[in-house]
Formats: sequence, structure tokens, C-alpha cells
Amino acid sequence: MNAADLAVLKQHLIDPEICIRCNTCEATCPVGAITHDDSNYVVDADKCNFCMDCISPCPTGSIDNWRMVPRARPYTLAEQFGWEELPAELSADELAAAGVALPADEAHAPDEAAAEAAAVLRTVTGGSALPGEAVFNSAAFGAAVPPWSAAHAYTNLYGPKSATTATVVGNFKVNEAGTENETHHIVLDLGSMPFPVLEGQSIGIVPPGVDASGRPHHARQYSIASARNGERPGYNNLSLTVKRVTADYQGKPVRGVCSNYLCDLQVGATVQLIGPFGSSFLMPNHPRSNIVMICTGTGSAPMRAMTEWRRRLRKSGKFDGGKLMLFFGARTREELPYFGPLMSLPKDFIDINFAFSRAPDAPKRYVQDLMRERARDLGELLKDSNTYIYVCGLKSMEEGVVLALGDVAAQTGLPWETLGAALKKEGRLHLETY
Amino acid sequence: MSSIDYTDKIPNNVELAQDKTLQRALEHWQPNYLQWWNDLGPEGSTNFDVYLRTAISVDPQGWAQFGYVKMPDYRWGIFLNPKEEGRQVNFGEHKGEAAWQDVPGEHRANLRRIIVTQGDTEPASVEQQRHLGLTAPSLYDMRNLFQVNVEEGRHLWAMVYLLHKYFGRDGREEAEELLHRHSGDADNPRILGAFNEKTPDWLSFYMFTYFTDRDGKFQLAALAESGFDPLARTTKFMLTEEAHHMFVGESGVSRVIARTCEVMNQLKTDDPAKIRAAGVIDLPTLQRYLNFHFSVTIDLFGADESSNAAIFYNTGLKGRYEETKRDDDHRLQGRSYRVLAVQNGQLVEREVPMLNALNEVLRDDYIKDSIAGVNRWNKVIEKAGIPFRLVTPHKAFNRKIGALSGVRVSPDGRVVSEVEWATHEREWLPSAEDRAFVASLMGKVTEPGKFANWIAPPVIGINRQPVDFEYVRFG
Repeated sequence: MNAADLAVLKQHLIDPEICIRCNTCEATCPVGAITHDDSNYVVDADKCNFCMDCISPCPTGSIDNWRMVPRARPYTLAEQFGWEELPAELSADELAAAGVALPADEAHAPDEAAAEAAAVLRTVTGGSALPGEAVFNSAAFGAAVPPWSAAHAYTNLYGPKSATTATVVGNFKVNEAGTENETHHIVLDLGSMPFPVLEGQSIGIVPPGVDASGRPHHARQYSIASARNGERPGYNNLSLTVKRVTADYQGKPVRGVCSNYLCDLQVGATVQLIGPFGSSFLMPNHPRSNIVMICTGTGSAPMRAMTEWRRRLRKSGKFDGGKLMLFFGARTREELPYFGPLMSLPKDFIDINFAFSRAPDAPKRYVQDLMRERARDLGELLKDSNTYIYVCGLKSMEEGVVLALGDVAAQTGLPWETLGAALKKEGRLHLETY
Repeated sequence: MSSIDYTDKIPNNVELAQDKTLQRALEHWQPNYLQWWNDLGPEGSTNFDVYLRTAISVDPQGWAQFGYVKMPDYRWGIFLNPKEEGRQVNFGEHKGEAAWQDVPGEHRANLRRIIVTQGDTEPASVEQQRHLGLTAPSLYDMRNLFQVNVEEGRHLWAMVYLLHKYFGRDGREEAEELLHRHSGDADNPRILGAFNEKTPDWLSFYMFTYFTDRDGKFQLAALAESGFDPLARTTKFMLTEEAHHMFVGESGVSRVIARTCEVMNQLKTDDPAKIRAAGVIDLPTLQRYLNFHFSVTIDLFGADESSNAAIFYNTGLKGRYEETKRDDDHRLQGRSYRVLAVQNGQLVEREVPMLNALNEVLRDDYIKDSIAGVNRWNKVIEKAGIPFRLVTPHKAFNRKIGALSGVRVSPDGRVVSEVEWATHEREWLPSAEDRAFVASLMGKVTEPGKFANWIAPPVIGINRQPVDFEYVRFG
């Protein structure tokens, strides 16, 4: 999700009442986004890339403050220098008056270099405690760099003011009819417009029409579910996994603007497309590289894409692929998108593990339970520096998954302090949640 | 380079295992260090589980890992910031040469002296603070005290590493001496005066961590510019830890002020006697503590004119604060600086060669930084609607070192007679009664989330934990 895509920015700010001007943040910031005058330390919204490096070294916690602001008008340095305290949060009405709305319910935001999306849609937390010891901070674990053998990703070819048009060439349900979480597989054709993508990247859809306050809808992001050479190989097309949103996170009935628009599209309709986004949640391409995929719900989209690309490579007989291991969680078997096609993949190609949290006649199981059950095999993969781990799904899964990884590492005799740091630094652990 | 080897007896990121001689020497020093910690570290705390931050690597994500630790098991070790390829000496006559990876022979004695002086302050403050755990106003504060203590211990390690690695036998002897001198010991005191003063109560502790640890910040920042690369890398990492110590001081005093103002508003009074009777510290007493700690601390920067300071700078050993951010020739030959002197009973400014005045330059940078924090304390008072402001005393007030020592100067910068000094000393510096009153308030509070009457709770907890988190568990 890039600067222009959403009208709202979660701006990084420092609380002048708590800051003690120790300069640690300014010394730590790798991009020079933090500066100071005689009264305040401030963050330059144009430079901050949400890497979170400054968060844990701050001795006061003053660094960990965020305000939703119109992206076009973040607080300037001059404004911040003048503060004696942080301004109050803008209310939804004030934001609307400024011409923007908060990201809505279904804004499935897989990421981009994780960073900005992380800041906009995650509850960003402080400290980089080991999981389980304090508030979980995913930025402390997830990599901001791609694997060394990732292909080069094109990003931002089309912005909201220069969206391109795609045609719907397929739209069908990928889980059992009648389930609560109706999920669609939508194929878009780009015609002759350049739109090169990689597995793990995402795109934005601009729904037509205006919101309640008469402003055009902002774009919603979706992970690409197809391989780099197209849903149909050799054609300029791509696919998305879209869950029809009928309730918000609290379960209140809400009709998701974009998801309902997409799920209801007829073949032949056109949509406005922006992107592509994302330059770190990318798959390794070197021989014998292993991929561990952990996902829930529509978080399966990038996993489907990576699996499909590996399957095509394997079929070509010219690529010596490593192991693939998938941990896939859903409430019930019926709700699981792509269940059928997954089951027909050869066992020696991919090691698939399903967890159902609401299967009627079985105890609740989550992906992290499965990971612990498979500790021995997962541990073997963790030992291999050619193993890359991808996590995509609801925010709430993140901490449990990282904890499980830590436990499996410990059982395998790998100190998590070292392994976790290496995974992050080498672009081998990617977290993408919403 | 940045990951720390915890499989070693001495955690480090300097490949200690590759240097057997050094490893053996440090392993020999380690038990003596632990003995010192047990003898003179925080009193009666050996069994406490303390929610401490420990570095596991020197990058932003790894250096602050939180968890319960018994302090004697704290992983003290040797952590250097990553090496910056191609780094140069950035000031003095060697400017532009490659930074030294070994000690240049001609500067050996001076470098050793700098490192020993810095190293000596670290265990000194632990010794000064060793009884404070018995009167902590909350678990939160007790935890902060212990965090400061273990990190001062680690800073000693950092300096001892440099002594062992680069100074051979006399380095090892100096390292032993660092454990033998003791704060306030009549026969074998710590090197610098302020580190032989007592830290008898928590107000003194907050003032000390605000003012004196800030001196540490400025000294470390000046050493972080050093042309001797291992010293620069060591002190850079220490600075990250030092920030927490100043936070403890600034927020500590701020909370004392907040509580005092609250009581003043409840009682609608500014009468110190009534305020004291309500069990909180009156603002004039806070001002006197501030005067004392400020003046004692600015003495730590040394004489206003110092040929040593000139030599340290000229030879590339110790820079100015933010040397590399300054826009000048970084040689300073022919430049001048104004220092204070007394002439005919008046304070006057004199122009002296800047190289000789570098202690004063650092002191002035320090004063500017200190005042900024005092202004933030004043905001707390202002917010409470109370017409009182704290001020830092004049820099000539109560000085014991340099051209201003022996001159009686009032906090507002007038040279005064002995008689006037004696008349007003009790208004300017904490008296024995002041100290006795503050001491009378001290008492240990151990229930999570509860705070002594004289101090307000913090705004937020440590590492985003709640304020009523059990920061210390008693074994």
C-alpha cells in the first residue's frame, strides 16, 4: 500500500510530554526521518518508512504514538516543533470533513514491504519483547527485505489517479455454498496493459461510486492468488481471493463495499485497478529452497500463488525445488477456500496440514497447534538456511504462530534469539496480517 | 557481527572465543566482578526476579529484550556497535587518517587515562545507590533502579574489555583497581568527586540520574567521536543504555513535582510547612536539590581551561559533543571561546583558545541540554496553575573545580561575600534538615501499582506493561 493508495495515513509521532530528548531515536533511524529543535523531537512523515527500528530503543515509550490523518495533509515538522502535547485523534467526522474516510471493514490489506500497511492497519505496539512476554510487536520478527533469490518486483505502476482497467473473465465461489464465509476466486484480464506481478504482491481495486459523505471510495487491497505468468499461463491475467464481507470484526452486520462489489461482478464487467504493491513478501527462486506457508482464510491467496508457481516449475522438470509445507486454518472444512484442488496435489510435492477451529465433532485446532504437532519435520526445515516462512491471515494469528515457531526452534536446539534474528535479517520470515 | 554469543561464559559480539588470551584474562576478572557485585551491588537483592531489559544483539530489535532475571545472573557482556567501514579520525591533527583499530603508541597513556576515568564512574554509581532498593517508592521504581544498576555494571565491562584487550598488563591492573576503589572510601576513593557523594534518598537518585547520568551521556558522546575505533563503537552502544537512566531521572523528578502540585492544589497552599506536613516535598526544597546536583555535576567536566582537553582533542582521542554534525574545520586552531573568570569581584568573560576551553564547550552543551529538561518540569507546574518555576543556577554557583572554585557566587550569578553566602546557604543548597525531611518520607512500597505518597505514578509502564505490573518478584 503506497503513499497514494489510501487517503488516510497512520502518522508516526512522538509525544513531547513524555519524550526526554535522549536522541536515541534520531541516532537509530536508518532513513534520517527523525530530527529535533530545542524543544521537540519529531518524525518527518515524508521520510518515515515504518521500519519500527526506533520503537524498542526508546526508553520512555513516547516514540510509540500514531494518529490517523488525511494522507495529503500529515502534521508538518513545523507543527510538531510547536507542540507541547500531542493533538487529539481526529474524529471520523473531522477526517470525513478533510475528505477522507477510515479504511473500511474488508480492506484486506496484504502488504507490501509490510511496512506501511503494517502501520496503517495493524495495532502497532511498542517494545520488541520475546513473544509471550509482552505486547506482541510483529515488526520485531517479520523481515522487511525479500529473499536473496527473489525476482525483481515492479511496484506502483498505476496510482489512484492513473488506475488501469481490467476485465472480469472469471468469478466463482471457491468454498462450499451456504457457508458463512463465502469466498470468490476472481480472474481479471489486463488486455494489453503492462501489469507484471509476482506471487506475494497485491493490487488495489477502486470500487465505483461514492461513500456516505459523497467522496469517491478509496482503493481496497487484495493479494494476488495466481502465479507470475498468469492464472492462465501465457495470458495477461491474474486472480484474486475475495471474501464477501457481511460483518465487521465485532460481528456487527456490515456490507463490505468492495468485496460485495467484486463478488457480484459478472464476467465481462470492467474494474479499476492500481498497483502492483509489495517488494518483500516474495518467494525464493533458488534451487532447493524450502517454503513454509502458514495462513488462514483469504490469507491463502499468496500461498496458492507460490504453490502454483512451484507446481509449474516442477512440471517443467527443469527446476530442483525444495520442500513445501502448508499450515492452513479455517473455521470448518466447508469454509476452506481451494480445498478440492489442494487435496489433489501430490504428497511428495507439498506437505499439507489443515486446522479447523469449529469443526462440529472435533476439538478446536489452530495452525499453531498443528505446527507444534509437526515440530520434528518443521524443525528440520528451520535448521536449513534455505527455508523461507510466510504467514498471512488475520492479525490475531501472528503472535501464536511466532510463539510456535520459537517453541519448535527450541525443541530443535536452535536458540530463537539467533534464529529469529537471522530469519528477519535474511528475509526468511514474512508476516502479512490484517 | 551484531549477534551476541550467549553460549560463551562472557556474552559478546567481539569473537572473544577467537582470542584465547583475552578470554582467559576476562574469565579471571569475572569472578572478582561478581564478588564485587555481591559485596557492593544492590543490597539484599540477590534473590529478586526483576523485569529487566537485556541486550541480545546490538541492532534495534535485539538490544531490548525484556524478562525476569535475578541480577547476579544478568548477562553482562561485551557489546560493540557494528564497525563502520572506512571510518576516519574526524578531528584534530590526525583528521582524515583512517580510524585506529589499535592504540597508537604515543597516545597510549592518555587513552588509558580516559578509559579508566570513564570506567571508574560506572561501579561508583552502583555503590552510591546500593541501599536505595530498601526504600523504593514502588515496584516500578525499584525495577528502574535495578535496571540502571545492571547497566552501569555492563558499562564497567565495556571499559574493562578495552583495558584488557588493548593495554596489556597495565590494562589488567587498572581493571582490578576499578573493583578496589570504592565510592566514599577515605583511603581509596573513586576518581571523581561527584562519585564519592552519597545518594541517600530517592530524590537524590532522580536528580543524580537526571544531572549526573546526563554528564555520562555527554562524556560518552564525546568519546563516541574518538579516532580510536573500539572506544567509539563501545561508547556508542553504551549511549543507547544511558538514555534509560536519564529517563528515570527526568520522569522521577517530574512525578515528584506532579504529586507536590496536586497536594498544593488540594490544600490551596504554597506554605512549605503545610506541604511537608502533608507528606510531600515542597518546591523550594526541590529547587535546592536541583542547585546542588547541577553544580556538583558541571564540575565533572573539569577545569575551564585545560591543556589535557586540548591534547585529547588535538590527538583525536576525544571529540566534542556531536563533533561530526558540526560545521567547522574540526581542528580549531586559532579559534577562541569565552570562559568565565572573576575580576575585581565581578564575573567577566575572557576569550581563550578554544582548544584549551573544550571542557567548557562540553559543559555549555550539557547545560543547554539540562535546561531543556528543567523547562519540561516547569510545564508540569504550569499545568497545575502554580506560579513557581524551577531554574538551573548560574554556572559559577557552588563550583569546586576550575577558575571559579573558591569564589562565592549566588544562584543568580552575583559574586557574594562569605557573610552573604553563609546567610543564604540554607536557601540555596539542601540543608541537613531538608535532607532529614526527605529521608523521613522514604519507605518501601511493594504492592504492585501502589506508590509512596510523595510521588505520582508514571504515565506509562515499562515496555508497555501496565503500571501495576509486578516489576519485581521477591524470591
